[in-house]
Amino acid sequence: MVPVNYYIVLSAILFTIGVVGVLTRRNALIIFMSVELMLNAANLAFVAFSSVIKSFSGQIFVFFVIAVAAAEVAVGLALIVEIFKSKHSIDVDQMSSLKG
Amino acid sequence: MTLDLIFFLILSLIAISTALGMLLSRNAVYSALFLVLNFITVAVFYLLLGAPFIAMAQVTVYAGAIMVLFLFVIMLLGAEELPKAQVLPWQKLLARGLAIALAIETTFVFLTRARPIGDVPQPDASVNTVTNLRALGEMLFTQYLLPFEVTSILLLVAMIGAIVLVRKEKRVH
Repeated sequence: MVPVNYYIVLSAILFTIGVVGVLTRRNALIIFMSVELMLNAANLAFVAFSSVIKSFSGQIFVFFVIAVAAAEVAVGLALIVEIFKSKHSIDVDQMSSLKG
Repeated sequence: MTLDLIFFLILSLIAISTALGMLLSRNAVYSALFLVLNFITVAVFYLLLGAPFIAMAQVTVYAGAIMVLFLFVIMLLGAEELPKAQVLPWQKLLARGLAIALAIETTFVFLTRARPIGDVPQPDASVNTVTNLRALGEMLFTQYLLPFEVTSILLLVAMIGAIVLVRKEKRVH
């Protein structure tokens, strides 16, 4: 038997790694992957809680999160391709056209 | 130490090290492959937690569709590695500080506030996968019918949005 707290701690660790990725990396694609990692960590917590309280609601929430993540990736990658076409780089530090 | 716990510890070690590999590798293709392994490990966690449907959805949608899309875009743009550029000097320092603060804070909350809210029940053999799936499906199509339909509209809008974004612009005079 694994205490559910262990799952929550694992989820927190994965989430923190995702946050570090978003904050430190400059490659827009890797920032995107870190966001996916954070979503995944939240999903893990959802499923762990739903299995403890013996309800399916958490699993259904995860189902919706997966669908939203798929939609987000489709639009986000299209945006990245567009940005690459105009800037010839996906370095987020380069996207500073509005900087005074 | 039970077999479950040993299993959990090994899997969480794999999950954390693949997440770190994703974070630290210079090449975006390696990052994507590390993330695929991480997603599959999390799918095994879902199986351990008694959620087979979510585990399979995780493998097909996340590890399959989403990561293939990522790899496709990485190779399409040829953006495996960014050229070295001048970085903001304070950015890395600030990010590390914030991340350490977040880690300490979550650890503190878990150590002081979280009461033991119970163990994850062993998925017992009497509850088989088919009844589990049936219950999930019934709940999805009765209690959560409206969110389900909204999700379908969301996916349609995302598809249209992606097509509009990458479409070649017609010359308008």
